[in-house]
Amino acid sequence: MNGLKEMLKKREVTLILLVIVLSLAVSMRAPGFLKGDNITRIVNDTSILIMVGIGQFFVILTGGIDLSVGSVIAFSGMAAAMMNQGSPGTPVFLILLAGMAIGFLLGLFNGIVVAFGKVPPIIATLGTMSIFRGFTFVLSKGQWVTAHEMSESYMNIPHGHFLGVSNLIWSAVIVSALLFFFSRYTRSGREIYAIGGNKTAARFVGVSERKVNLIIFAMSGLLSGLAGVMWTARYAAAVNETATGFELMTVAACVLGGVNIAGGAGAVPGVILGALFLGIINNALPVINFSPFYQMFIQGFIVLAAMFINTMMDKRSERKMLKRRA
Amino acid sequence: MEIDKTLASSDRLVDEHKSLLSEIGSLLARWEGILVLIIIAMVIIFSNITPYFLDYFNLMNATFTFAEKAVLALPMIFVILSGDIDISVAAIIALSSFSMGFASSHGAGTTEIVLVGILTGALAGAFNGLFIIRFSIPAIAVTLASQSLFRGISQAILEDQAYTKYPESFSYFGQGYIPGTIIPFELVFFLVLAGGFAYILHFTTYGRKLYAIGNSPMAAKFSGVAVDRIRFTNFVLNGVFAGIVAVLLTSRIGSTRPNIASGWELEAITLVVLGGVSITGGKGNIVGVILSVFLIGYLKFGMGLINLSAKVMIITTGFLLITAVLIPVIIEAAGKRNKLKMQRRKG
Repeated sequence: MNGLKEMLKKREVTLILLVIVLSLAVSMRAPGFLKGDNITRIVNDTSILIMVGIGQFFVILTGGIDLSVGSVIAFSGMAAAMMNQGSPGTPVFLILLAGMAIGFLLGLFNGIVVAFGKVPPIIATLGTMSIFRGFTFVLSKGQWVTAHEMSESYMNIPHGHFLGVSNLIWSAVIVSALLFFFSRYTRSGREIYAIGGNKTAARFVGVSERKVNLIIFAMSGLLSGLAGVMWTARYAAAVNETATGFELMTVAACVLGGVNIAGGAGAVPGVILGALFLGIINNALPVINFSPFYQMFIQGFIVLAAMFINTMMDKRSERKMLKRRA
Repeated sequence: MEIDKTLASSDRLVDEHKSLLSEIGSLLARWEGILVLIIIAMVIIFSNITPYFLDYFNLMNATFTFAEKAVLALPMIFVILSGDIDISVAAIIALSSFSMGFASSHGAGTTEIVLVGILTGALAGAFNGLFIIRFSIPAIAVTLASQSLFRGISQAILEDQAYTKYPESFSYFGQGYIPGTIIPFELVFFLVLAGGFAYILHFTTYGRKLYAIGNSPMAAKFSGVAVDRIRFTNFVLNGVFAGIVAVLLTSRIGSTRPNIASGWELEAITLVVLGGVSITGGKGNIVGVILSVFLIGYLKFGMGLINLSAKVMIITTGFLLITAVLIPVIIEAAGKRNKLKMQRRKG
């Protein structure tokens, strides 16, 4: 058990080192890169990915996947922006809650389909990815909500500051802290690991797979709902194509963070580091005069390389364990 | 006479304590049966709303919009049947189309362009296969990353430009008709291919092996099936056909942009799953997939005719996909409950 713990620790240490090396390398080319302003910008840019990525993490932990997060972000973001547009007087706090509630309900729908309909997560969320995206178009009638149709207070949800740190970063910090605690020290959190580790064994010790499925999908939905409000407020635009392809980014953050795509292994800090790593790359490309058109290629390359290294390392440690046993 | 026979047989059913529900269940459990019913309902509804639906020319021409995705679905059946998944096919199309455009702009003729496209697809598929089988990384993770890589190459080099120069004769594949008819080449091509895939899947040992792998890779391996080689072949095949689809699509629209065919991987997977192929592998047949190709294709065509927006179509496809998987589960559950009831009655 101790050996496992050490390995996990190492994974996170490696990631931190990687993040540092990468940042230093970039700042050699562009001295302004590691200035306070830019670091804040990177963390700000990455906060949404961190929150949704953690939601995705719990789903992947059970061996599932949530492909609908991008569409949930789009729908709840659109709904929130339209609420603000329709009645600018409504306290933004309520709108934020409403956005989260909508995300929660959409996620719960995924959970019900998976838990009670026994539909594999990849199919269920592939379906709802289309459905929720379609709902977004129906809701907005194809229209956008743009900056001048949003109230100042709405756009201030992510930009507002507390103790010199933006609300967006605060929300990512709070989400990370709460869910880190949830994953390690609560019964439900451990049950999620148990299901991902060995379904049959988990069932025999009384873990309800249904309950776990409802929790993880509702949670992923709730976080995407929160992200949706933040997204439309931050970029001061709610469009129908919001967050298209974002589901892949969240999976990439998990994979980079050392989460086993087949379930059972991984931790919240790794996901955060994985997301930061992606955020730094996205932010660094234009800074070091790389055409932004390279972003997609480089992301794919890095994720593939990370998976390759992960597997090779796993194999080596397996071999070592076998040797020790002999 | 016919009715009498039916009545008699249903009487017998009651005698044998078989409930009507389980009878309907077993009919509906044949997923192809449901698909046929939905297609009939669709034809009746659309032909009542608009006179343009049941028009021979329209029906033929509409196949241009879905024949390419249909071709993409065929090798995907093999991949999903053996318990894998490939979400990089659309990106392979982009990469193949890119290399065709590159070849064309450097003076290649039609034959060379087609070969380059298919070869690129094969290489990309082999690349996937290498990571998935040789390094044993889950297919979903590998193809998720490689799709970003493949489309990324096209995007990095093309940026916001496009290749638009293709030889005259290249346009036949995507735009041509069978000479003397109004039957699109693409449609015939798909049907011939479907025949070939059906033969392999249902009449050869190779096909049986695919089912075996999907049901239990371990058991298949111990029975002497070359699991790794077959799974690798599946991915190469998927790449080759993505290359072929790239030929059709590029030929039809006559240009190559980095965002070509984006989202098609999900449409191809939807066709396969809606056709009744189990996403966990081992179950399904080609008839269901062919039916789902025409169902989705003509559903979209009909909805377009009556001016339903593309968004309603997106929602419909999503619902169809989920219900396709849901219905057998519900029927099974109902059947089980019924059996329990009967056992209780007996006891």
